Amino acid sequence: MRILLMGNPNVGKSALFSRLTGTHIIAANYPGTTVEFTRGYLRWGEEHAEVIDVPGIYTLEPTTRAEEVAVEMLKAGDLVINVVDATNLERNLNLTLQLLERRVPVIVALNIWDDARHRGIDIDVARLEKLLEVPVVPTVGVTGEGVKELVRRLPEAAMHQESYATSDERWVRVGDIVSQVQSLSHRHHTWYEVLEDISNHPLGGVLIAVVVLLATFFAIRFIGESLINYVTAPLFEWLWTPLLMKLSLALGSGGFWHSILIGNLVDGRIDYFQSFGLLSTGLYIPLAAVLPYIIAFYLALGILEDVGYLPRLAVLLDTFMHRLGLHGYAIIPTILGLGCNVPAVMATRILESRRQRFIAATLISIGVPCAAMQAMIIGLVGQQGGEYVAMVYGSLFLSWVVVGLILNRTIKGFSPELLIEVPPYRLPPWRVIGEKLWLRVSGFIREALPIVLGAVLVVNVLYTLGAFDFVAGVTAPVVSGLLGLPREAVIALAVGFLRKDVAVGMLAPLALTPGQLVVSCTVLAMFFPCVATFVVLARELGWRDMLKASGIMVVAALVVGGLLNLLL
Amino acid sequence: MAMRQGERVTLVQMGRGQSGIVVEVLGGKGLVRRLGALGIRPGKRVTKISSAFFRGPVTLRVDSAQLAIGFGMAGRIVVEVDKELPPSRGR
Repeated sequence: MRILLMGNPNVGKSALFSRLTGTHIIAANYPGTTVEFTRGYLRWGEEHAEVIDVPGIYTLEPTTRAEEVAVEMLKAGDLVINVVDATNLERNLNLTLQLLERRVPVIVALNIWDDARHRGIDIDVARLEKLLEVPVVPTVGVTGEGVKELVRRLPEAAMHQESYATSDERWVRVGDIVSQVQSLSHRHHTWYEVLEDISNHPLGGVLIAVVVLLATFFAIRFIGESLINYVTAPLFEWLWTPLLMKLSLALGSGGFWHSILIGNLVDGRIDYFQSFGLLSTGLYIPLAAVLPYIIAFYLALGILEDVGYLPRLAVLLDTFMHRLGLHGYAIIPTILGLGCNVPAVMATRILESRRQRFIAATLISIGVPCAAMQAMIIGLVGQQGGEYVAMVYGSLFLSWVVVGLILNRTIKGFSPELLIEVPPYRLPPWRVIGEKLWLRVSGFIREALPIVLGAVLVVNVLYTLGAFDFVAGVTAPVVSGLLGLPREAVIALAVGFLRKDVAVGMLAPLALTPGQLVVSCTVLAMFFPCVATFVVLARELGWRDMLKASGIMVVAALVVGGLLNLLL
Repeated sequence: MAMRQGERVTLVQMGRGQSGIVVEVLGGKGLVRRLGALGIRPGKRVTKISSAFFRGPVTLRVDSAQLAIGFGMAGRIVVEVDKELPPSRGR
């Protein structure tokens, strides 16, 4: 038994999916959050039915690649839960009627039911059910209202093949149904709508964007810094350091295992940034230095996503993004990239053309450092002064723009224009924000922690074997000559392929000047994606384009690094 | 720049806050279908909410949905604007 959740974009399919299956996935208030199929399971009598969250589509006559894939998926489904946005009945019913033309049983979940009532939209559910001849269940995905009823009535899902000669004929039928079941009553302007009006105004929109982005930046900084200063760093200092010191003594303060587990003692003490043992720096980087910023960033991102602000930012930046060969909606993958480049590259699927996806993915890999790396840059470079952190960010932003301008002029192909639905502002329940935050933070711990530990281990073993001396010798002309860095810095660049946060951490013991720190962090961010991003780039772009993108990254990194070295 | 009654203009030329009925989408089958699925098809009533600076996207309301359409595409959507002047901040 395979159940498909299908419907227009941004009608709450993913929230409903989480409710139906207990499998938590990322949902957000913008069209195109789901770019991949997600599977979950639901108890169906004695057996388990597979539930698939299909990316949103407006029509079964595919107009974009995402829609083609969704239509393809329909052939493999045994039952469709058609999720309908109750606040937008007409457009949603067009898809419903198309689904009813197929040989598959359908049940309708009339979602966002709460919002429809607030907006003064009244829908006669019984009548709608009668007209469609399939069950219709009002639901609220984010709170779970109506989900039990939906599951109870799943077996009633019905097939009734009715077909329309032309799409105009179908629209007429839709109009007919809507006029029979929907009545609108007058209601007051809500303060969300007042906000919507302000952010729609060209000047008001710019002001709101500046306020929102500044507030987000300072909130992330404040939360991240506070968590480090008052929670994670003290915890390590008071609880973990004494244990490690005992272990260090037990190991005889030196030797092979000491250098693997604890690393080098600095003035007889553990320095979490410099010791570089598995249990010292290996745990400190992900859990104490990076995790606070991951929490802060994803909390802020989750709120921005669910409130529905991001599509408005896309509209505002559309003109600018066109210069880079993209359109405004490319800002969404870019912002996701500030958390992690892996989901960001996957999110480039919301862009229509291959050219746009290539440019967006390349620019993200070059100019958008992930949260883990940023946390380390702020931690390490920030010790030298905020102006140096600003130099790193400024260089990356400029590179992002310049490479985009160049790619727009050189890459062949077509970049379509922006065409998106701007969702209404919604105030997400804190529980939903919390669940999403937990999903992302636990994902980070599960996926990043093993790689960080692995990277530290590999580095230590290779150091002990002396393998790096050879590499450092060979690459010295580039690293020392062009970038003005000590030859050991090449090891950090190499480790950047595994984890960029560890790589930045490896710069700590090198005693670099502030200028050298700026050069090395900037180059590290641009040079090459980490292995996880590398794999996703290959999957999304194909090997050839991935290699092309990587070539652009290497050249851009060396040019920018060389220039910074001359300037600083 | 509010248009006079019954005049046919593109979405780009329409005034902020002005409403009208879509008459035609000047474009290929793909564009017509794509816009149609989003609710922009002949006979539909649309209200222009705003347009961004520097040939940015046009934002409009169709039923209860708000759409943003790139400048070029918006220039291909022909609307017959309403007779009466738009209410100050109506929707």
